[in-house]
Amino acid sequence: MLFTSYGFLAFAAVFLLLYYTVPKKLQWSLLLAASYIFYFIAGPEFLPYIIATTATVFLSALLIERNAVKQSEFIKEHKEELTKEQKKEYKDKQKRKRLTVFVLCLLANLGILAVVKYADFFVSNINGVVNAFGGEGNLSFISLAVPLGISFYTFQSIGYLTDVYRGTVKAERNIFKFALFVSFFPQLIQGPIGRYGALSETLYSPHKFDTKTVAYGLERVLWGYFKKMVIADRILVAVSTMIKAPAEYNGAYSLLIMLFYTIQLYADFTGGIDITIGLAEAMGIKMSENFIRPYFSKSLKEYWRRWHISMCSWFREYLFYPVSVSKPMQKITKFSKKLLGEKVGKRFPLYISTAIVWFATGIWHGASWNFIVWGMCNWIVLMVSEEFEPLYKKFHEKFPRVGKTFAYKLLCVGRTFALVCALNLFDCYRSIADTGRVFFSLFYAKNWNIFVDGALLEVGLTVTDYVILACGIALMIIVSLLQRKESVRDIISRRPYPARFVIWYGLFLIILLMGAYGIGYDASQFIYNQF
Amino acid sequence: MKTSAKKWIKFCVSAVIVVITLWLLQCLLLPKYVAGTVEGAFIAEYYDEVKDHDVIFVGDCEVYENFSPIVLWRDYGINSYIRGSAEQYVFQSYYILEDTLSYETPDAVIFNIQSLCFPESRNEAYNRMSIEGMKWSSSKVNSIFASMREEERFLDYVFPILRYHSRWEQLKSEDFEYMFKTKKVSHNGYYMRVDVRPAENVPTGKPLADYSFDSRSIKYLDMMRELCAEKGVELILIKAPSLYPYWYEEWDLQIKDYADKNELKYINFLELTEETGINYNTDTYDAGLHMNLAGAEKLSRWLGEYLTTELGLEDRRTEKELAARWEEKTAFYEAEKKYQYELYGMNEKAD
Amino acid sequence: MEKLLAILNELHSDVDFENEQNLIDDGILDSMDIISLITEISDEYDVTITAKDIIPANFNSAEALYELIKRLEDEE
Repeated sequence: MLFTSYGFLAFAAVFLLLYYTVPKKLQWSLLLAASYIFYFIAGPEFLPYIIATTATVFLSALLIERNAVKQSEFIKEHKEELTKEQKKEYKDKQKRKRLTVFVLCLLANLGILAVVKYADFFVSNINGVVNAFGGEGNLSFISLAVPLGISFYTFQSIGYLTDVYRGTVKAERNIFKFALFVSFFPQLIQGPIGRYGALSETLYSPHKFDTKTVAYGLERVLWGYFKKMVIADRILVAVSTMIKAPAEYNGAYSLLIMLFYTIQLYADFTGGIDITIGLAEAMGIKMSENFIRPYFSKSLKEYWRRWHISMCSWFREYLFYPVSVSKPMQKITKFSKKLLGEKVGKRFPLYISTAIVWFATGIWHGASWNFIVWGMCNWIVLMVSEEFEPLYKKFHEKFPRVGKTFAYKLLCVGRTFALVCALNLFDCYRSIADTGRVFFSLFYAKNWNIFVDGALLEVGLTVTDYVILACGIALMIIVSLLQRKESVRDIISRRPYPARFVIWYGLFLIILLMGAYGIGYDASQFIYNQF
Repeated sequence: MKTSAKKWIKFCVSAVIVVITLWLLQCLLLPKYVAGTVEGAFIAEYYDEVKDHDVIFVGDCEVYENFSPIVLWRDYGINSYIRGSAEQYVFQSYYILEDTLSYETPDAVIFNIQSLCFPESRNEAYNRMSIEGMKWSSSKVNSIFASMREEERFLDYVFPILRYHSRWEQLKSEDFEYMFKTKKVSHNGYYMRVDVRPAENVPTGKPLADYSFDSRSIKYLDMMRELCAEKGVELILIKAPSLYPYWYEEWDLQIKDYADKNELKYINFLELTEETGINYNTDTYDAGLHMNLAGAEKLSRWLGEYLTTELGLEDRRTEKELAARWEEKTAFYEAEKKYQYELYGMNEKAD
Repeated sequence: MEKLLAILNELHSDVDFENEQNLIDDGILDSMDIISLITEISDEYDVTITAKDIIPANFNSAEALYELIKRLEDEE
């Protein structure tokens, strides 16, 4: 079910009405029922997957916690009798038990994800390798349909399991409550990846109808629809026209493609997340932010702290940190220090673990090589800038004023934006060859006249479309600039009711009249739909 | 208590403003069909009529461009109406007939069978023109569901603003002028054209793999037949004398069989060119697809004769009130005729 | 504590580590810094900082970090 389908709107509207009419104690149960109905509508055949993940993670977490409780009770009880060594031995034994459960559950769930999402990728690569060596690689594809939101709920569940294993959150004792955490319907479509510690604070509690909360939530939903329908879905027409024919649209067009796709990706993804978070907010449920004005970042490193935050922090906390501080990695550190000297040797392991993270981030985005290359490109840029860091520092020490000027900051933002645009090309073409061809054609482009000879009107956008896009993008930028100081919704809420009404209804009418939907427009799938 | 009352007032006022402005916008954005593609207005015009017709035509352009109810009245005193629209599919014709028969019971219904070759809708715009003009009824709802193509949504018919939301770019002065009113564009459903374009080099039909009509088409034809039988209305099948789209011999045989089997009358005007006097050099305005005024009047005279003799329809010209209504219609018809002759720079021929 | 401050200052010479209380929340230390820091600390103090210890509360200030080290030393 797309956010922009009538079905979703009707579903959300009916749900919200019911949510505030049932007894408050039943609200979370209603939400669970709605989430499962939502999942059922998306595809009844997907239900076993989400139920399997819910059940295995729920039980494993309980087992792990019970063992930890037993351990501390045992130690407390026998505090006097046990020697230090005995204690340690007992602790290690228990820890191994917990680790076994943790790893088994982890492998099972990653296994499901790997099979449905990546099996065909492996098959095609195996076939490719066999063919390359002169054999006949014809393993057949498994071609499983990817269950809705499987990457999101799997990662979310694994995060929870890890937190319980580490002892940072208490295991959920009610399987239905846990099932709601896994299946919470607004975030099934495209995330964000919720964290149990944060989400559980408001997910299960009763929520009284509060005009302000609901209005704030729906306001955000409306803004999300604006970004998605007026901007993203409109510019999508041009993007898909151009990327469909790389032979025709290259050279100067590649600038256009990078820019348009980057705008589309932002409007579509952040718009969708606004709908998700806004809808949750209207239910009184607080979700963590997933974006903080990412295109205002002054470096790629900063960009990755502000773009798709829930995914990035997941990878940081559940992959980067454990890998970096793991025993093998410590050994590598020692070894590389010996081999390469103190200074370089210290950084070497960091490169390995960041490479692992970026490889994983790449493959998370899709089961194909272009995403892996995309991830590795990100890694290279980040590492190179990391190495240049001392140089920058020296420069700023010498010219302390330059770094504070607006022009310099703007330059940094522009440079980062350009970098992001270029990296996005991998995502755009889903083919490394096409990406390379189109990107490098920019450097010997001869068709610069496309910007003046009317060719821009032949990619599926009319003059009116360009005007709407320009105004829409300007509005997004203004809202972002305002957001730096305070919430735009706070600013609006201080206005008298008639003014607020005009803003809300005006935005609604703009979406209604200028949204790119219905006959003549392709209802586009969310770019982040099946991750 | 007071604050909650205030809240309710605020809410109600806002809701009323929303509903009214959305309704106004919808009125503005809907296509008006008063110039250019006027066919979209035909279906709705019927509802302004006094409904005591003797004959109802249903079908596509092959009825609304080929028969003139004015001639049927003027020469034979037959009170008829054409409920047709552009590429009106057989299922749409059925529901339009159902809709019509809920208002009145004519003596005869004439259905043009060309559309049997399309079991499914081929074009969303034609669906719109056939369905949107209907008043809301179960027939309309059923017609929507029978017609919708994959990309269409029912809700877009209930709130057409969702379908036409981007029309603000193309608004013309007529959209403002006809926001709340309509202009008569047809002559009891007849679409008049007086210009001439002779039929030359009409392509013959390419051989088909399968000539039998789809069962879905036949299903709706059956339903039409049963509905007429139930209401005691004589159903007459016709094939208008349009040279193109090509009418296959194999198709004709199937219809003949169907008519024989069900004891229906079937008139194939393609075989009656001599009797009707159709001259493809002078009587068509688009090279054989549709009749012009001259052709339509010839066909109507033949049909009037047929309806009078075969069905024994009475001459109602003596009914004063009815005659007065037709006088008005005839005046509109003559004015249009004059206007078009001037438009196309032609001399009006004497009948 | 002195040793720890020395390590921190080597990492970011421009930060006042003695007084700064929001090293993580304000984004002064990023994930790479944290890992470098952990490598240094484990060399210096002979403690094992595991992934579960990497939470903002333990890294937001030099004091908090020092407490973490002491706690881990005790556990050893």
